[in-house]
Amino acid sequence: MTPSSDLVVQTKQLSKIFRVGFWGKRVTAVDCLSLEVRRGEVFGFLGPNGAGKTTTLKILMGLIYPTSGTARLFNMDMGDPRAKTRLGFLPESPYFYDYLTSREFLRFYGHLFGLWGAVLSKRVDELLELVGMTHAKDLQLRKFSKGMLQRVGIAQALINDPELVVLDEPMSGLDPIGRKEVRDLILRLKESGKTVLFSSHILHDAEVLCDRVAMILKGRLVACGRVTDLLDQGASHQVELVVDRLTSEGLDHLRPLTDKVVMQGDRMLVVLKSQQQVGGALEIIRSAKASLVSLNPQKGSLEDLFIREVKGLQRPPENRA
Amino acid sequence: MKILSIALNTFRENLRDKLLYNLLVFALLMIGSSVLLSRLTLGEFHRLILDLGLGSINFFGVLIAIFVGIGLVSKEIEKKTIYTIVSKPVARYQFLLGKYLGLTFTLFVNTVVMALGLLLVLYAQDVPVEGMLFKALALIFVEFMVITAVALLFSTFTSATLSAIFTLAMYVIGHLTADLKTFGAKMDDLSRGILNGIYYLLPNLERFNLKGHVVHHLEISGSDLMLIVVYGATYTAFLLFTASLIFHRRDFR
Ligand SMILES: Nc1ncnc2c1ncn2[C@@H]1O[C@H](COP(=O)(O)OP(=O)(O)O)[C@@H](O)[C@H]1O
Ligand SMILES: [Mg+2]
Repeated sequence: MTPSSDLVVQTKQLSKIFRVGFWGKRVTAVDCLSLEVRRGEVFGFLGPNGAGKTTTLKILMGLIYPTSGTARLFNMDMGDPRAKTRLGFLPESPYFYDYLTSREFLRFYGHLFGLWGAVLSKRVDELLELVGMTHAKDLQLRKFSKGMLQRVGIAQALINDPELVVLDEPMSGLDPIGRKEVRDLILRLKESGKTVLFSSHILHDAEVLCDRVAMILKGRLVACGRVTDLLDQGASHQVELVVDRLTSEGLDHLRPLTDKVVMQGDRMLVVLKSQQQVGGALEIIRSAKASLVSLNPQKGSLEDLFIREVKGLQRPPENRA
Repeated sequence: MKILSIALNTFRENLRDKLLYNLLVFALLMIGSSVLLSRLTLGEFHRLILDLGLGSINFFGVLIAIFVGIGLVSKEIEKKTIYTIVSKPVARYQFLLGKYLGLTFTLFVNTVVMALGLLLVLYAQDVPVEGMLFKALALIFVEFMVITAVALLFSTFTSATLSAIFTLAMYVIGHLTADLKTFGAKMDDLSRGILNGIYYLLPNLERFNLKGHVVHHLEISGSDLMLIVVYGATYTAFLLFTASLIFHRRDFR
């Protein structure tokens, strides 16, 4: 049990039903979602497009009201203004006041936290430096590219040096370099003791960054836990070997242990069924005087796990294990 | 302080809006154009310049209030700029009031500019300027405050375009409500009741119109003037309060 003082975000049975169209058709965007984000962790909130990530984050930010259930930030009730002073938020594909320059933009948000004068100027310069936008400090946001907007958006979320940083799809729409920079930034935030909650529909982003993740589908939680645990759960436990100059005789011995063999001239790629086969395989390779180039236990990916979970959900209930 | 920051940001937004300058230039052209009218008798000419000048200030001020003002809130929601504001420690009513104050300030500056334009024309044409002119200008500004609050109220629950249409309609009807009452007096009880209801619910914008007083050199007592200002302020407060209630409850989706 996590002590409640360490729960930075907590939702209980959170649901949101939108009414859309003329007839008020009901769309369930979030369905009985219970989540906990703990102090100091990087938490990934994952799921395909339309899963309900943005809706959940918007409830947490006080932009929309839940249909039922509760959400708490820093163990305070929703709508408590004190919680918002400790919070930073980057919306999905952000739009900002495009008539402002980046400096004016950040100064304005600083004012909303009661920051003025030299203290604010210093903070704004630091943040522009941090997100690499110092060169564009006097440029109006209307002239910004999407990547640049994302950067000042992140700077805006950090203006009050928040304890909790919430980022909605911070890496979407960025080029590979931009994505890496955002990843590095998130890790730096974690190092400085902040809690980061970010959403993404790209599971790989989360694998390398998060301490824990939650995966949702159609508003419902399908998996939640430490990334390492989930990866173990999702792993196939296969092992991949690359071998040079293995005789055909040696290969015949090896075959029963493998799932797959791919030849490429003198070199071959061998996929062992499981870790138990490793000892035997190495023995065969040595006695055949072939040389081992590499040995890679295959990690599972969150993607594998997610696809399995989704398939599990889609199977009719009576066939479910 | 937060309200003021938002107000200043809104004012800055307005100052960087080309539409504002276009409207302002048109207003000044209208005010100046009265000079070109062929000379009638001297008395009629003076009357015409004042009538046209005050009329232009009123009309263009309302256009600014509506077309710059609808962006106040509905545009912020449509463009999602409000997401980053509401997630900061800013209460929703503070956001609304900030927006309102910002636009009111813009309108104040514009009214002053247009009034200076009118004074320039009056001076150039040797039209005597009386104190009543300034009372009339002050009430025109009070009317802008009411119209802006109407625009704000609509934009808390409908799109920018619909807010503009509704507000324009309110402006037109607001100037006709006195006629509604006179009209109702000739009707049966039920119709009269309904028309009277509309009369008391909608703002009676004709109250803020002192053009006739200026043109015909009529006086108005200080207490009457005060009463009209109090009426405008109360109506505005009522509109802003209603807008806050609606705004507090809505989802930004
Ligand atoms: N403003 C809205 N009105 C109606 N339905 C919405 C609205 N926002 C989101 N939805 C619906 O809610 C579901 C979840 O959407 P969203 O939270 O944006 O997902 P995600 O961020 O995971 O892509 C989708 O089915 C979407 O169509
Ligand atoms: Mg989303």
